[in-house]
Amino acid sequence: MAPAITLAAEAPKLSAANTGFMLICSALVMLMTPGLAFFYGGMVRVKSTLNMLMMSFISLGIVTILWVLYGFSMAFGTDSGSLIGWNSDWVGLTGVDKGELWGTYNIPLLAFMVFQLMFAIITPALISGALADRVKFSAWALFIALWATIVYFPVAHWVWGEGGWAFDMGVIDFAGGTAVHINAGAAALGVILVIGKRVGFKKDPMRPHSLPLVMLGAGLLWFGWFGFNAGSWLGNDDGVGTLMFVNTQIATAAAMLAWLAYEKIRHGAFTTLGAASGAVAGLVAITPAGGSVTPMGAIAVGAIAGVLCAMAVGLKYKFGFDDSLDVVGVHLVGGVVGSVLIGFFASGKGQSEATGVFYGDHKFDQLWKQLAGVGGVLAYSLIVSAILAFVIHKTIGMRVSEDEEVTGIDQAEHAETAYDFSGAGGGAAKTAVTAPVAAAASKKVDA
Amino acid sequence: MKLITAVVKPHRLDEIKEALQAFGVHGLTVTEASGYGRQRGHTEVYRGAEYTVDLVPKIRIEVLVEDDDAEQLIDVVVKAARTGKIGDGKVWSIPVETAVRVRTGERGPDAL
Repeated sequence: MAPAITLAAEAPKLSAANTGFMLICSALVMLMTPGLAFFYGGMVRVKSTLNMLMMSFISLGIVTILWVLYGFSMAFGTDSGSLIGWNSDWVGLTGVDKGELWGTYNIPLLAFMVFQLMFAIITPALISGALADRVKFSAWALFIALWATIVYFPVAHWVWGEGGWAFDMGVIDFAGGTAVHINAGAAALGVILVIGKRVGFKKDPMRPHSLPLVMLGAGLLWFGWFGFNAGSWLGNDDGVGTLMFVNTQIATAAAMLAWLAYEKIRHGAFTTLGAASGAVAGLVAITPAGGSVTPMGAIAVGAIAGVLCAMAVGLKYKFGFDDSLDVVGVHLVGGVVGSVLIGFFASGKGQSEATGVFYGDHKFDQLWKQLAGVGGVLAYSLIVSAILAFVIHKTIGMRVSEDEEVTGIDQAEHAETAYDFSGAGGGAAKTAVTAPVAAAASKKVDA
Repeated sequence: MKLITAVVKPHRLDEIKEALQAFGVHGLTVTEASGYGRQRGHTEVYRGAEYTVDLVPKIRIEVLVEDDDAEQLIDVVVKAARTGKIGDGKVWSIPVETAVRVRTGERGPDAL
Protein backbone atom coordinates (compact mmCIF):
# COMPACT_ATOMS: atom_id res chain seq x y z
CA MET A 1 0.00 0.00 0.00
CA ALA A 2 0.95 3.65 -0.19
CA PRO A 3 3.96 4.92 1.70
CA ALA A 4 3.48 7.83 4.03
CA ILE A 5 3.31 11.11 2.20
CA THR A 6 3.88 13.31 5.22
CA LEU A 7 7.23 14.44 6.56
CA ALA A 8 8.61 12.15 9.20
CA ALA A 9 8.75 14.81 11.88
CA GLU A 10 5.21 16.01 11.37
CA ALA A 11 2.21 14.03 12.56
CA PRO A 12 -0.41 13.68 9.81
CA LYS A 13 -3.53 15.82 10.06
CA LEU A 14 -6.90 14.69 8.85
CA SER A 15 -7.46 15.63 5.22
CA ALA A 16 -11.08 16.48 4.52
CA ALA A 17 -10.53 16.01 0.79
CA ASN A 18 -9.02 12.54 1.13
CA THR A 19 -11.59 11.52 3.72
CA GLY A 20 -14.45 12.62 1.49
CA PHE A 21 -12.87 10.80 -1.43
CA MET A 22 -12.53 7.60 0.61
CA LEU A 23 -16.13 7.68 1.79
CA ILE A 24 -17.34 8.12 -1.79
CA CYS A 25 -15.05 5.30 -2.93
CA SER A 26 -16.46 3.09 -0.16
CA ALA A 27 -19.98 3.76 -1.41
CA LEU A 28 -18.87 2.98 -4.98
CA VAL A 29 -17.39 -0.35 -3.92
CA MET A 30 -20.54 -1.13 -1.94
CA LEU A 31 -22.55 -0.71 -5.17
CA MET A 32 -20.41 -3.33 -6.87
CA THR A 33 -22.01 -6.12 -4.85
CA PRO A 34 -25.58 -5.45 -6.05
CA GLY A 35 -24.00 -4.86 -9.47
CA LEU A 36 -22.42 -8.29 -9.27
CA ALA A 37 -25.78 -9.71 -8.20
CA PHE A 38 -27.34 -8.39 -11.43
CA PHE A 39 -24.36 -9.49 -13.52
CA TYR A 40 -24.76 -13.04 -12.21
CA GLY A 41 -28.55 -12.91 -11.85
CA GLY A 42 -29.09 -12.20 -15.54
CA MET A 43 -26.86 -15.10 -16.50
CA VAL A 44 -28.81 -17.85 -14.78
CA ARG A 45 -32.05 -19.42 -15.93
CA VAL A 46 -35.23 -17.68 -14.86
CA LYS A 47 -35.99 -20.17 -12.10
CA SER A 48 -32.89 -19.30 -10.07
CA THR A 49 -32.69 -15.54 -10.58
CA LEU A 50 -33.59 -14.57 -7.03
CA ASN A 51 -31.29 -17.11 -5.44
CA MET A 52 -28.41 -15.76 -7.50
CA LEU A 53 -29.20 -12.18 -6.46
CA MET A 54 -29.51 -13.20 -2.82
CA MET A 55 -26.24 -15.11 -2.76
CA SER A 56 -24.45 -11.81 -3.38
CA PHE A 57 -26.77 -9.59 -1.38
CA ILE A 58 -26.56 -11.66 1.81
CA SER A 59 -22.83 -10.97 1.94
CA LEU A 60 -23.62 -7.30 2.63
CA GLY A 61 -25.24 -8.49 5.84
CA ILE A 62 -23.03 -11.30 7.08
CA VAL A 63 -19.59 -9.90 6.28
CA THR A 64 -20.38 -6.42 7.61
CA ILE A 65 -21.12 -7.81 11.04
CA LEU A 66 -18.13 -10.17 11.08
CA TRP A 67 -15.82 -7.40 9.87
CA VAL A 68 -16.87 -5.11 12.67
CA LEU A 69 -16.71 -7.86 15.28
CA TYR A 70 -13.30 -9.32 14.42
CA GLY A 71 -12.54 -9.29 10.68
CA PHE A 72 -10.87 -5.89 10.51
CA SER A 73 -8.76 -6.80 13.51
CA MET A 74 -7.67 -10.08 11.90
CA ALA A 75 -6.81 -8.47 8.56
CA PHE A 76 -5.15 -5.26 9.65
CA GLY A 77 -4.22 -5.69 13.33
CA THR A 78 -0.72 -6.24 14.67
CA ASP A 79 0.95 -9.06 12.81
CA SER A 80 1.85 -12.40 14.31
CA GLY A 81 4.00 -14.81 12.34
CA SER A 82 3.39 -12.97 9.03
CA LEU A 83 0.11 -14.89 8.89
CA ILE A 84 -2.57 -13.09 10.85
CA GLY A 85 -3.26 -9.80 12.59
CA TRP A 86 -5.02 -8.90 15.81
CA ASN A 87 -5.84 -5.73 17.69
CA SER A 88 -8.25 -6.06 20.60
CA ASP A 89 -9.12 -2.33 20.45
CA TRP A 90 -10.68 -2.94 17.06
CA VAL A 91 -12.86 -5.86 18.15
CA GLY A 92 -16.36 -4.46 17.78
CA LEU A 93 -14.59 -1.12 17.11
CA THR A 94 -14.92 -0.54 20.85
CA GLY A 95 -11.52 1.13 21.26
CA VAL A 96 -11.62 3.26 18.12
CA ASP A 97 -11.97 7.03 18.42
CA LYS A 98 -13.90 8.72 15.61
CA GLY A 99 -11.05 11.11 14.87
CA GLU A 100 -8.28 8.52 15.09
CA LEU A 101 -6.22 8.43 11.90
CA TRP A 102 -5.27 5.31 9.99
CA GLY A 103 -1.55 4.71 10.54
CA THR A 104 0.52 7.37 8.83
CA TYR A 105 -2.31 8.34 6.49
CA ASN A 106 -4.44 11.45 6.73
CA ILE A 107 -7.80 9.67 6.71
CA PRO A 108 -9.69 8.33 9.74
CA LEU A 109 -9.24 4.71 10.73
CA LEU A 110 -12.99 4.34 10.37
CA ALA A 111 -12.81 5.46 6.72
CA PHE A 112 -10.13 2.87 5.99
CA MET A 113 -12.08 0.26 7.92
CA VAL A 114 -15.32 0.81 5.97
CA PHE A 115 -13.50 0.97 2.61
CA GLN A 116 -11.83 -2.37 3.28
CA LEU A 117 -15.15 -3.79 4.51
CA MET A 118 -16.62 -3.36 1.04
CA PHE A 119 -13.79 -5.52 -0.37
CA ALA A 120 -14.46 -8.19 2.22
CA ILE A 121 -18.14 -8.16 1.19
CA ILE A 122 -17.71 -8.57 -2.55
CA THR A 123 -15.02 -11.26 -2.42
CA PRO A 124 -17.19 -14.12 -1.11
CA ALA A 125 -20.04 -12.85 -3.30
CA LEU A 126 -17.79 -13.39 -6.34
CA ILE A 127 -17.60 -17.11 -5.53
CA SER A 128 -21.37 -17.53 -5.81
CA GLY A 129 -21.33 -17.36 -9.60
CA ALA A 130 -19.72 -20.78 -9.76
CA LEU A 131 -22.40 -22.31 -7.55
CA ALA A 132 -25.51 -21.24 -9.45
CA ASP A 133 -28.84 -23.07 -9.20
CA ARG A 134 -27.87 -25.70 -6.67
CA VAL A 135 -26.63 -24.54 -3.24
CA LYS A 136 -28.80 -24.46 -0.14
CA PHE A 137 -29.09 -20.89 1.04
CA SER A 138 -28.41 -21.73 4.68
CA ALA A 139 -25.28 -23.66 3.67
CA TRP A 140 -24.15 -20.70 1.57
CA ALA A 141 -24.66 -18.28 4.46
CA LEU A 142 -22.61 -20.53 6.72
CA PHE A 143 -19.97 -20.90 4.04
CA ILE A 144 -19.62 -17.12 3.66
CA ALA A 145 -19.16 -16.67 7.41
CA LEU A 146 -16.54 -19.42 7.68
CA TRP A 147 -14.78 -18.56 4.43
CA ALA A 148 -14.46 -14.88 5.34
CA THR A 149 -13.00 -15.89 8.70
CA ILE A 150 -10.61 -18.63 7.62
CA VAL A 151 -9.69 -17.48 4.14
CA TYR A 152 -10.42 -13.83 3.36
CA PHE A 153 -9.35 -12.14 6.59
CA PRO A 154 -5.97 -13.95 6.71
CA VAL A 155 -5.31 -13.52 2.98
CA ALA A 156 -6.12 -9.78 3.16
CA HIS A 157 -3.57 -9.64 5.98
CA TRP A 158 -0.91 -11.44 3.95
CA VAL A 159 -1.32 -9.11 1.00
CA TRP A 160 -2.15 -5.74 2.56
CA GLY A 161 -1.51 -6.01 6.29
CA GLU A 162 1.71 -4.65 7.69
CA GLY A 163 3.85 -7.74 8.42
CA GLY A 164 1.90 -10.09 6.12
CA TRP A 165 4.29 -12.35 4.20
CA ALA A 166 3.29 -11.23 0.71
CA PHE A 167 3.29 -7.57 1.79
CA ASP A 168 6.78 -7.90 3.26
CA MET A 169 8.10 -9.80 0.26
CA GLY A 170 7.10 -6.90 -2.00
CA VAL A 171 4.33 -8.62 -3.94
CA ILE A 172 2.42 -5.86 -5.73
CA ASP A 173 -1.35 -6.05 -5.48
CA PHE A 174 -2.75 -2.57 -5.81
CA ALA A 175 -6.43 -3.26 -5.24
CA GLY A 176 -7.00 -6.99 -4.94
CA GLY A 177 -5.84 -9.08 -7.90
CA THR A 178 -4.58 -11.73 -5.51
CA ALA A 179 -6.53 -10.99 -2.29
CA VAL A 180 -9.88 -10.60 -4.04
CA HIS A 181 -9.94 -12.16 -7.49
CA ILE A 182 -7.46 -15.04 -7.37
CA ASN A 183 -8.72 -15.74 -3.87
CA ALA A 184 -12.39 -15.89 -4.93
CA GLY A 185 -11.65 -17.71 -8.20
CA ALA A 186 -9.57 -20.39 -6.51
CA ALA A 187 -12.22 -20.80 -3.80
CA ALA A 188 -14.89 -21.22 -6.47
CA LEU A 189 -12.85 -24.00 -8.08
CA GLY A 190 -12.33 -25.70 -4.73
CA VAL A 191 -16.03 -25.63 -3.86
CA ILE A 192 -17.34 -26.89 -7.21
CA LEU A 193 -14.90 -29.78 -7.19
CA VAL A 194 -16.58 -30.85 -3.94
CA ILE A 195 -20.25 -30.17 -4.66
CA GLY A 196 -20.34 -31.21 -8.33
CA LYS A 197 -22.27 -30.15 -11.38
CA ARG A 198 -25.74 -28.81 -11.91
CA VAL A 199 -28.33 -31.34 -12.99
CA GLY A 200 -28.20 -31.38 -16.79
CA PHE A 201 -24.79 -29.69 -17.13
CA LYS A 202 -23.52 -30.00 -20.71
CA LYS A 203 -26.85 -31.59 -21.69
CA ASP A 204 -29.62 -29.08 -21.06
CA PRO A 205 -29.54 -25.59 -22.52
CA MET A 206 -28.61 -23.15 -19.74
CA ARG A 207 -28.97 -19.85 -21.49
CA PRO A 208 -28.78 -16.54 -19.63
CA HIS A 209 -32.35 -15.48 -18.96
CA SER A 210 -31.72 -11.72 -19.16
CA LEU A 211 -28.73 -10.24 -20.90
CA PRO A 212 -29.95 -6.69 -20.25
CA LEU A 213 -29.62 -7.49 -16.53
CA VAL A 214 -26.08 -8.75 -17.18
CA MET A 215 -25.23 -5.50 -18.98
CA LEU A 216 -26.70 -3.45 -16.16
CA GLY A 217 -24.61 -5.41 -13.67
CA ALA A 218 -21.46 -5.05 -15.75
CA GLY A 219 -22.08 -1.29 -16.00
CA LEU A 220 -22.48 -0.98 -12.24
CA LEU A 221 -19.33 -3.04 -11.68
CA TRP A 222 -17.34 -0.88 -14.09
CA PHE A 223 -18.58 2.29 -12.36
CA GLY A 224 -17.98 1.00 -8.85
CA TRP A 225 -14.57 -0.34 -9.81
CA PHE A 226 -13.19 3.21 -10.05
CA GLY A 227 -13.73 3.45 -6.31
CA PHE A 228 -12.31 -0.04 -5.79
CA ASN A 229 -9.12 0.74 -7.71
CA ALA A 230 -8.45 4.46 -7.31
CA GLY A 231 -9.56 4.40 -3.68
CA SER A 232 -6.99 1.76 -2.82
CA TRP A 233 -4.27 4.42 -2.71
CA LEU A 234 -6.15 5.92 0.25
CA GLY A 235 -5.84 9.52 -0.92
CA ASN A 236 -4.86 11.88 -3.68
CA ASP A 237 -1.74 13.56 -2.35
CA ASP A 238 0.22 12.34 -5.35
CA GLY A 239 -0.85 11.18 -8.82
CA VAL A 240 -0.89 7.44 -8.20
CA GLY A 241 -4.62 7.12 -7.50
CA THR A 242 -5.38 9.08 -10.65
CA LEU A 243 -3.03 6.90 -12.71
CA MET A 244 -4.93 3.91 -11.33
CA PHE A 245 -8.27 5.48 -12.27
CA VAL A 246 -7.10 6.18 -15.81
CA ASN A 247 -5.55 2.74 -16.27
CA THR A 248 -8.77 1.14 -15.02
CA GLN A 249 -10.69 2.74 -17.88
CA ILE A 250 -8.04 1.94 -20.48
CA ALA A 251 -7.53 -1.72 -19.59
CA THR A 252 -11.27 -2.35 -19.38
CA ALA A 253 -11.83 -0.86 -22.82
CA ALA A 254 -8.98 -2.93 -24.30
CA ALA A 255 -10.22 -6.13 -22.69
CA MET A 256 -13.77 -5.67 -23.92
CA LEU A 257 -12.55 -5.10 -27.49
CA ALA A 258 -10.15 -8.05 -27.27
CA TRP A 259 -12.85 -10.43 -26.03
CA LEU A 260 -15.26 -9.28 -28.76
CA ALA A 261 -12.62 -9.67 -31.46
CA TYR A 262 -11.73 -13.14 -30.21
CA GLU A 263 -15.31 -14.37 -30.19
CA LYS A 264 -16.13 -12.78 -33.54
CA ILE A 265 -13.26 -14.70 -35.10
CA ARG A 266 -13.88 -17.88 -33.12
CA HIS A 267 -17.69 -18.02 -32.95
CA GLY A 268 -18.90 -15.55 -35.54
CA ALA A 269 -20.73 -12.91 -33.50
CA PHE A 270 -20.15 -9.92 -31.24
CA THR A 271 -22.22 -10.91 -28.20
CA THR A 272 -23.46 -8.73 -25.37
CA LEU A 273 -22.35 -11.38 -22.91
CA GLY A 274 -18.90 -11.20 -24.47
CA ALA A 275 -18.77 -7.42 -24.13
CA ALA A 276 -19.85 -7.58 -20.49
CA SER A 277 -17.47 -10.45 -19.69
CA GLY A 278 -14.56 -8.81 -21.47
CA ALA A 279 -15.07 -5.61 -19.50
CA VAL A 280 -15.07 -7.52 -16.22
CA ALA A 281 -11.97 -9.49 -17.26
CA GLY A 282 -10.18 -6.20 -17.92
CA LEU A 283 -11.28 -4.75 -14.59
CA VAL A 284 -10.01 -7.85 -12.80
CA ALA A 285 -6.65 -7.84 -14.56
CA ILE A 286 -5.91 -4.15 -14.02
CA THR A 287 -6.86 -4.36 -10.34
CA PRO A 288 -3.42 -5.49 -9.13
CA ALA A 289 -1.48 -3.83 -11.94
CA GLY A 290 -2.97 -0.39 -12.53
CA GLY A 291 -0.65 1.45 -10.17
CA SER A 292 2.47 -0.04 -11.74
CA VAL A 293 1.92 0.07 -15.48
CA THR A 294 1.84 2.92 -17.98
CA PRO A 295 -1.34 3.66 -19.96
CA MET A 296 0.13 1.73 -22.90
CA GLY A 297 0.92 -1.07 -20.47
CA ALA A 298 -2.72 -0.98 -19.38
CA ILE A 299 -3.79 -1.58 -22.99
CA ALA A 300 -1.51 -4.62 -23.09
CA VAL A 301 -2.74 -5.97 -19.75
CA GLY A 302 -6.38 -5.49 -20.76
CA ALA A 303 -6.01 -7.01 -24.22
CA ILE A 304 -4.09 -10.04 -22.97
CA ALA A 305 -6.62 -10.62 -20.19
CA GLY A 306 -9.55 -10.24 -22.61
CA VAL A 307 -8.26 -12.94 -24.95
CA LEU A 308 -7.00 -15.35 -22.28
CA CYS A 309 -10.23 -15.15 -20.26
CA ALA A 310 -12.32 -15.63 -23.40
CA MET A 311 -10.30 -18.77 -24.07
CA ALA A 312 -10.44 -19.92 -20.44
CA VAL A 313 -14.23 -19.96 -20.12
CA GLY A 314 -14.31 -22.94 -22.48
CA LEU A 315 -12.14 -25.07 -20.19
CA LYS A 316 -15.03 -26.12 -17.97
CA TYR A 317 -16.63 -28.04 -20.81
CA LYS A 318 -13.34 -29.68 -21.64
CA PHE A 319 -12.54 -30.73 -18.08
CA GLY A 320 -16.13 -31.20 -16.94
CA PHE A 321 -16.20 -28.92 -13.88
CA ASP A 322 -19.35 -26.83 -13.65
CA ASP A 323 -18.04 -23.31 -13.04
CA SER A 324 -21.53 -22.12 -13.85
CA LEU A 325 -20.91 -18.42 -14.54
CA ASP A 326 -17.16 -18.61 -15.16
CA VAL A 327 -15.75 -17.32 -11.89
CA VAL A 328 -12.62 -19.38 -12.53
CA GLY A 329 -12.39 -18.39 -16.17
CA VAL A 330 -12.78 -14.68 -15.51
CA HIS A 331 -11.68 -13.94 -11.93
CA LEU A 332 -9.01 -16.56 -11.30
CA VAL A 333 -7.52 -16.36 -14.78
CA GLY A 334 -7.92 -12.56 -15.00
CA GLY A 335 -6.41 -12.12 -11.54
CA VAL A 336 -3.43 -14.34 -12.37
CA VAL A 337 -2.90 -12.57 -15.70
CA GLY A 338 -2.94 -9.11 -14.09
CA SER A 339 -0.74 -10.12 -11.16
CA VAL A 340 1.83 -11.91 -13.29
CA LEU A 341 1.96 -9.19 -15.97
CA ILE A 342 3.15 -6.75 -13.29
CA GLY A 343 6.35 -8.76 -13.46
CA PHE A 344 6.66 -7.75 -17.11
CA PHE A 345 5.00 -4.37 -17.41
CA ALA A 346 5.81 -2.57 -14.10
CA SER A 347 7.36 0.68 -15.30
CA GLY A 348 8.95 1.84 -12.07
CA LYS A 349 7.18 5.18 -12.43
CA GLY A 350 3.94 4.37 -10.70
CA GLN A 351 3.28 3.22 -7.16
CA SER A 352 6.84 1.97 -6.60
CA GLU A 353 10.22 1.83 -8.28
CA ALA A 354 9.96 -1.88 -8.92
CA THR A 355 10.32 -2.66 -12.60
CA GLY A 356 9.24 -5.61 -14.69
CA VAL A 357 11.13 -7.57 -17.30
CA PHE A 358 10.32 -5.05 -20.06
CA TYR A 359 11.56 -2.02 -18.12
CA GLY A 360 14.60 -0.79 -16.16
CA ASP A 361 17.35 -3.40 -15.90
CA HIS A 362 15.13 -6.11 -17.40
CA LYS A 363 15.26 -8.17 -14.23
CA PHE A 364 12.96 -11.01 -13.29
CA ASP A 365 12.91 -10.16 -9.54
CA GLN A 366 9.42 -8.68 -9.49
CA LEU A 367 8.07 -11.50 -11.62
CA TRP A 368 9.23 -14.13 -9.09
CA LYS A 369 7.63 -12.15 -6.28
CA GLN A 370 4.37 -11.92 -8.19
CA LEU A 371 4.40 -15.66 -8.90
CA ALA A 372 5.02 -16.39 -5.22
CA GLY A 373 2.07 -14.22 -4.22
CA VAL A 374 -0.19 -15.77 -6.85
CA GLY A 375 0.84 -19.32 -5.99
CA GLY A 376 0.51 -18.88 -2.23
CA VAL A 377 -2.94 -17.33 -2.31
CA LEU A 378 -4.20 -19.68 -5.03
CA ALA A 379 -3.10 -22.84 -3.23
CA TYR A 380 -4.31 -21.77 0.20
CA SER A 381 -7.71 -20.62 -1.01
CA LEU A 382 -8.26 -23.65 -3.26
CA ILE A 383 -7.41 -26.18 -0.57
CA VAL A 384 -9.05 -24.53 2.42
CA SER A 385 -12.21 -23.67 0.48
CA ALA A 386 -12.51 -27.26 -0.73
CA ILE A 387 -12.12 -28.56 2.84
CA LEU A 388 -14.66 -26.05 4.11
CA ALA A 389 -17.18 -27.01 1.42
CA PHE A 390 -16.53 -30.69 2.15
CA VAL A 391 -17.22 -30.26 5.87
CA ILE A 392 -20.45 -28.34 5.24
CA HIS A 393 -21.45 -30.81 2.53
CA LYS A 394 -21.03 -33.76 4.90
CA THR A 395 -22.86 -32.11 7.80
CA ILE A 396 -25.78 -29.89 6.83
CA GLY A 397 -25.38 -30.55 3.07
CA MET A 398 -24.38 -27.98 0.44
CA ARG A 399 -26.97 -28.84 -2.20
CA VAL A 400 -30.72 -28.67 -2.52
CA SER A 401 -32.46 -31.87 -3.60
CA GLU A 402 -32.37 -32.75 -7.27
CA ASP A 403 -36.11 -32.23 -7.44
CA GLU A 404 -35.86 -28.72 -5.98
CA GLU A 405 -32.99 -27.87 -8.29
CA VAL A 406 -34.92 -28.94 -11.37
CA THR A 407 -38.14 -27.24 -10.29
CA GLY A 408 -36.26 -24.08 -9.39
CA ILE A 409 -34.26 -23.01 -6.38
CA ASP A 410 -36.11 -19.69 -6.12
CA GLN A 411 -39.29 -21.39 -5.01
CA ALA A 412 -37.56 -24.03 -2.91
CA GLU A 413 -35.27 -21.70 -0.96
CA HIS A 414 -36.94 -18.29 -1.08
CA ALA A 415 -40.65 -19.00 -1.67
CA GLU A 416 -40.68 -16.36 -4.39
CA THR A 417 -40.75 -16.00 -8.17
CA ALA A 418 -38.59 -13.44 -9.95
CA TYR A 419 -41.11 -12.36 -12.54
CA ASP A 420 -44.88 -12.61 -12.65
CA PHE A 421 -46.11 -11.86 -16.15
CA SER A 422 -49.45 -13.61 -15.78
CA GLY A 423 -52.46 -11.33 -15.83
CA ALA A 424 -54.67 -13.98 -14.31
CA GLY A 425 -52.57 -14.71 -11.25
CA GLY A 426 -54.16 -18.05 -10.57
CA GLY A 427 -53.86 -18.11 -6.79
CA ALA A 428 -55.33 -16.62 -3.68
CA ALA A 429 -53.73 -14.71 -0.85
CA LYS A 430 -53.12 -17.06 2.04
CA THR A 431 -54.80 -14.71 4.49
CA ALA A 432 -58.05 -15.36 2.67
CA VAL A 433 -57.75 -19.02 3.61
CA THR A 434 -56.49 -18.75 7.16
CA ALA A 435 -58.43 -15.62 8.15
CA PRO A 436 -61.81 -15.76 6.41
CA VAL A 437 -63.32 -13.06 8.60
CA ALA A 438 -60.76 -10.47 7.68
CA ALA A 439 -60.93 -11.38 4.01
CA ALA A 440 -64.71 -11.20 3.99
CA ALA A 441 -64.60 -7.82 5.66
CA SER A 442 -62.30 -6.30 3.09
CA LYS A 443 -63.82 -8.22 0.14
CA LYS A 444 -60.57 -7.74 -1.62
CA VAL A 445 -57.94 -10.31 -2.27
CA ASP A 446 -54.80 -9.06 -3.82
CA ALA A 447 -53.70 -11.95 -5.97
CA MET B 1 -68.99 -23.36 -38.26
CA LYS B 2 -65.28 -23.86 -38.50
CA LEU B 3 -62.36 -22.93 -36.29
CA ILE B 4 -59.44 -21.68 -38.33
CA THR B 5 -56.11 -21.91 -36.53
CA ALA B 6 -52.95 -20.32 -37.89
CA VAL B 7 -49.51 -20.75 -36.33
CA VAL B 8 -47.34 -18.19 -38.08
CA LYS B 9 -44.40 -15.86 -37.80
CA PRO B 10 -44.99 -13.16 -35.17
CA HIS B 11 -44.17 -10.25 -37.45
CA ARG B 12 -46.97 -11.20 -39.84
CA LEU B 13 -49.65 -10.52 -37.22
CA ASP B 14 -50.49 -7.00 -38.39
CA GLU B 15 -50.88 -8.00 -42.05
CA ILE B 16 -53.08 -10.94 -41.10
CA LYS B 17 -55.22 -8.78 -38.83
CA GLU B 18 -55.74 -6.19 -41.55
CA ALA B 19 -56.53 -8.82 -44.16
CA LEU B 20 -59.06 -10.45 -41.83
CA GLN B 21 -60.69 -7.12 -41.06
CA ALA B 22 -60.96 -6.37 -44.78
CA PHE B 23 -62.57 -9.78 -45.21
CA GLY B 24 -65.17 -8.93 -42.58
CA VAL B 25 -64.02 -10.92 -39.58
CA HIS B 26 -65.15 -9.23 -36.36
CA GLY B 27 -62.98 -10.94 -33.79
CA LEU B 28 -60.05 -13.22 -33.30
CA THR B 29 -57.85 -14.61 -30.56
CA VAL B 30 -54.05 -14.34 -30.57
CA THR B 31 -51.72 -16.38 -28.36
CA GLU B 32 -47.95 -16.29 -28.16
CA ALA B 33 -46.72 -19.76 -28.97
CA SER B 34 -43.46 -21.52 -29.60
CA GLY B 35 -42.67 -24.48 -31.75
CA TYR B 36 -40.78 -25.77 -34.71
CA GLY B 37 -41.48 -27.30 -38.09
CA ARG B 38 -39.12 -28.21 -40.87
CA GLN B 39 -36.91 -25.21 -40.25
CA ARG B 40 -36.07 -26.54 -36.78
CA GLY B 41 -34.53 -23.98 -34.45
CA HIS B 42 -31.48 -21.80 -34.50
CA THR B 43 -28.09 -21.71 -32.79
CA GLU B 44 -27.01 -19.27 -30.08
CA VAL B 45 -23.53 -18.94 -28.60
CA TYR B 46 -22.90 -17.87 -25.00
CA ARG B 47 -19.26 -17.55 -23.96
CA GLY B 48 -18.37 -20.07 -26.60
CA ALA B 49 -21.03 -22.60 -25.63
CA GLU B 50 -23.38 -23.34 -28.51
CA TYR B 51 -27.02 -23.93 -27.81
CA THR B 52 -29.50 -25.22 -30.36
CA VAL B 53 -32.75 -23.48 -29.63
CA ASP B 54 -35.41 -25.83 -30.99
CA LEU B 55 -38.48 -23.84 -30.15
CA VAL B 56 -38.86 -20.61 -32.03
CA PRO B 57 -41.45 -17.94 -31.21
CA LYS B 58 -44.70 -18.09 -33.17
CA ILE B 59 -48.14 -16.64 -32.80
CA ARG B 60 -51.27 -18.70 -32.85
CA ILE B 61 -54.34 -17.00 -34.33
CA GLU B 62 -57.79 -18.50 -33.91
CA VAL B 63 -60.87 -17.39 -35.81
CA LEU B 64 -64.39 -18.83 -35.85
CA VAL B 65 -66.18 -18.60 -39.21
CA GLU B 66 -69.23 -19.91 -40.97
CA ASP B 67 -68.70 -23.03 -43.07
CA ASP B 68 -69.12 -21.25 -46.40
CA ASP B 69 -66.42 -18.69 -45.61
CA ALA B 70 -63.85 -21.13 -44.31
CA GLU B 71 -61.87 -21.98 -47.45
CA GLN B 72 -61.76 -18.39 -48.62
CA LEU B 73 -60.67 -17.17 -45.19
CA ILE B 74 -57.87 -19.74 -45.07
CA ASP B 75 -56.62 -18.35 -48.37
CA VAL B 76 -56.71 -14.83 -46.95
CA VAL B 77 -54.66 -15.85 -43.91
CA VAL B 78 -52.16 -17.84 -45.94
CA LYS B 79 -51.67 -14.96 -48.35
CA ALA B 80 -51.08 -12.48 -45.56
CA ALA B 81 -48.79 -14.78 -43.62
CA ARG B 82 -46.55 -15.88 -46.45
CA THR B 83 -43.00 -14.57 -46.75
CA GLY B 84 -41.85 -17.46 -48.93
CA LYS B 85 -39.14 -18.38 -46.46
CA ILE B 86 -38.82 -21.51 -44.38
CA GLY B 87 -40.72 -21.25 -41.09
CA ASP B 88 -43.81 -19.44 -42.38
CA GLY B 89 -46.05 -21.76 -40.37
CA LYS B 90 -49.31 -23.67 -40.87
CA VAL B 91 -53.00 -22.95 -41.13
CA TRP B 92 -55.74 -25.51 -40.55
CA SER B 93 -59.44 -25.73 -39.83
CA ILE B 94 -61.63 -28.00 -37.76
CA PRO B 95 -65.41 -28.24 -37.45
CA VAL B 96 -67.05 -26.56 -34.46
CA GLU B 97 -70.30 -27.82 -32.95
CA THR B 98 -71.52 -24.69 -31.33
CA ALA B 99 -70.54 -21.21 -30.17
CA VAL B 100 -72.21 -18.92 -27.63
CA ARG B 101 -71.80 -15.17 -27.17
CA VAL B 102 -71.45 -14.93 -23.40
CA ARG B 103 -73.05 -11.48 -22.99
CA THR B 104 -76.28 -12.16 -24.89
CA GLY B 105 -76.55 -15.93 -25.00
CA GLU B 106 -76.84 -15.95 -28.80
CA ARG B 107 -75.91 -19.32 -30.30
CA GLY B 108 -74.48 -20.65 -33.54
CA PRO B 109 -73.57 -18.32 -36.44
CA ASP B 110 -75.34 -15.43 -34.67
CA ALA B 111 -72.69 -15.56 -31.98
CA LEU B 112 -69.84 -14.89 -34.43
